[in-house]
Amino acid sequence: MSTITFTNARLIDPESSEDFIGWLQIAEGHIAARGEGTPPVSDEQTIDCGGQCLGPGIVDIGVKVCEPGERHKESYKSAGLAAAAGGVTTIVTRPDTSPAIDTPESLEFVTRRAQADTPVNVLPMAALTKGREGREMTEIGFLQDAGAVAFTDCDHVVVNTKVFSRALTYAKTCGALVIAHPQEPGLSGGAAATSGKFAALRGLPAVSPMAERMGLDRDITLLEMTGAAYHADQITTARALPALERAKRNGLDITAGTSIHHLTLNEIDVADYRTFFKVKPPLRSEDDRLAVIEAVRTGLIDTISSMHTPQDEESKRLPFEEAASGAVALETLLPAALRLYHAEQLDLPSLFRAMALNPAKRLGLNSGRLAIGAPADLVLFDPDVPFVLDRFTLKSKSQNTPFDGQRLQGKVTATYVAGEEVYRRT
Amino acid sequence: MSFAHRHLLGIEHLSQSDITAILDLAEKYVDLNRRSAKHSDVLSGLTQINMFFENSTRTQASFELAGKRLGADVMNMAMQASSIKKGETLIDTAMTLNAMHPDLLVVRHPHSGAVDLLAQKVNCAVLNAGDGRHEHPTQALLDALTIRRAKGRLHRLNIAICGDVAHSRVARSNLILLGKMENRIRLIGPPTLVPAQFAEFGAEIYDDMSEGLREVDVVMMLRLQRERMDGGFIPSEREYYHRYGLDAAKLALAKPKAIVMHPGPMNRGVEIDGTLADDINRSVIQEQVEMGVAVRMAAMELLARNLTEAA
Repeated sequence: MSTITFTNARLIDPESSEDFIGWLQIAEGHIAARGEGTPPVSDEQTIDCGGQCLGPGIVDIGVKVCEPGERHKESYKSAGLAAAAGGVTTIVTRPDTSPAIDTPESLEFVTRRAQADTPVNVLPMAALTKGREGREMTEIGFLQDAGAVAFTDCDHVVVNTKVFSRALTYAKTCGALVIAHPQEPGLSGGAAATSGKFAALRGLPAVSPMAERMGLDRDITLLEMTGAAYHADQITTARALPALERAKRNGLDITAGTSIHHLTLNEIDVADYRTFFKVKPPLRSEDDRLAVIEAVRTGLIDTISSMHTPQDEESKRLPFEEAASGAVALETLLPAALRLYHAEQLDLPSLFRAMALNPAKRLGLNSGRLAIGAPADLVLFDPDVPFVLDRFTLKSKSQNTPFDGQRLQGKVTATYVAGEEVYRRT
Repeated sequence: MSFAHRHLLGIEHLSQSDITAILDLAEKYVDLNRRSAKHSDVLSGLTQINMFFENSTRTQASFELAGKRLGADVMNMAMQASSIKKGETLIDTAMTLNAMHPDLLVVRHPHSGAVDLLAQKVNCAVLNAGDGRHEHPTQALLDALTIRRAKGRLHRLNIAICGDVAHSRVARSNLILLGKMENRIRLIGPPTLVPAQFAEFGAEIYDDMSEGLREVDVVMMLRLQRERMDGGFIPSEREYYHRYGLDAAKLALAKPKAIVMHPGPMNRGVEIDGTLADDINRSVIQEQVEMGVAVRMAAMELLARNLTEAA
């Protein structure tokens, strides 16, 4: 593998929270050297970044690739192209396919498909319970041996606390990370919006934001019982934050993520029943959105995910209550996150801490950093270039993005995985 | 008189003058409907299709009669029995009907927003005959006409809307319309059926019916929508009737000439006392039905005028 030196780059280092003009050299698929200003003269290949930003590639926990089952919505090939175009160098895939990834055999299928077709790193997650039905735990040990990096039933809450506590206990002995969706399913059943004036006006069945806090409170109690390693997939409401803060202060092994949509959109964006804005949990109030941004800034919320969920046109061209939930976001994650940077709510090192460093750390990966010796998974991007998103230009097989037609600022110029260029904007 | 709307999807989109325009025109049709020769030809040559994805007797009959009296060719489609059962999507059904060139499409659907969605896909005028728990604009308009005729005005009245507000599109449309016309609105019911968020629309909320009915000019009762309830909203119908059912004793707290309204169909002995509902001195429930036909004639005429202007 060749040696490349990136010069005249604005390096975004989430570990040191630094953001400076410098250079970075990669060799043998890893970061070999870096520094401020101009590099020592070398006859190796150099790439002049022209002052653009160079950050660690994004590590995205919770990407849905629709193999097996619904390959027409998203395949490993299309997801890989979308990820590369979005500066996402590691996708951590969800097991909520059909059937669910709940056996070592099905996990091996996924791994094989991913290796054959995907230019970025793919790390699969497996279901925590068989069929994501919340009754019996999966073969956590075998699945780990087969490469599962975390265990989750995705948006299915394990309702039976006895089953969940046993799964947590077993996962702890295996050293496995459990990812859960904090929600009280009795309250949230049938809901299509967050309760409040907007849902009342539109006549939509709604769930109180308190359902998220109740789910989180329950899970935290079970963590106190079991001591397992736990990550909340999406914290989206202000009322859940004090519980999270307390659990961290008490030394529980807990981290939390949020989705890019909950950071950049609110319930009012649904407007006249626009189903591309239907996500799970539903979009929240503006107060909640601002509280969650602040929690990312302080580090209380650890990670930002795309929660990439492809849906075909038929699943979305339905009355709001009947329409499927979810939005594609691999390619819009970075431009949407840059809205927070341009609004001066988060600086670039903080964004990359949440999008690269923290998710990598949580999964025990050495990536997500610009440190010497780390994998040369990198994203080169221009944070300022403005554009209007046309969803039909997306590389995903499904184009259900809420950002269609919206003004965004910031585009990926090139993406590198283990030192190899996997995407360059033309 | 201008009415610059392509569809009638909800009261939310109407201005004060739009509302007045519909009601003024409807007055003329009230007179026409009381004659023995009830025919007009303002919709002559136009095709009206009634698509009801949810059971309805009175609303569908009212729209059908309104269209026929105006000379339209009216077709009723009971959607529950047809293609929806075969897996066709709402939009496909709409596109199929659209290809038959209707001029007016009257739609009722069990999901909020479904009629808005459909209206985006067709070339004709769409009238919302009720979508989920969102809006039922012609019901609010016929209620407004009934009130205006009974009270002589449609502003500065104290109006109580009682019962199952949460599941009611009638309540939402009325709340918006009566608010736009500058009335004071009270919502009365158990907190499980009258969510606190409605206070943000400028309504006063009461969980004590006796307190809420004090000095009101209009008492609007809502049907308890048992078919939309998926969990215990009330302990029992008899307790509900005791606390929130309208009877003569509770009505005595309202103004002496307060009128009683109900959008129908009524659950006698659940939300309203049967004798009271039939009391012609207080109840205007039959007038509401009569105004319904007139208001729908007026709304369809106004939309049809825009169709011919656009053509």
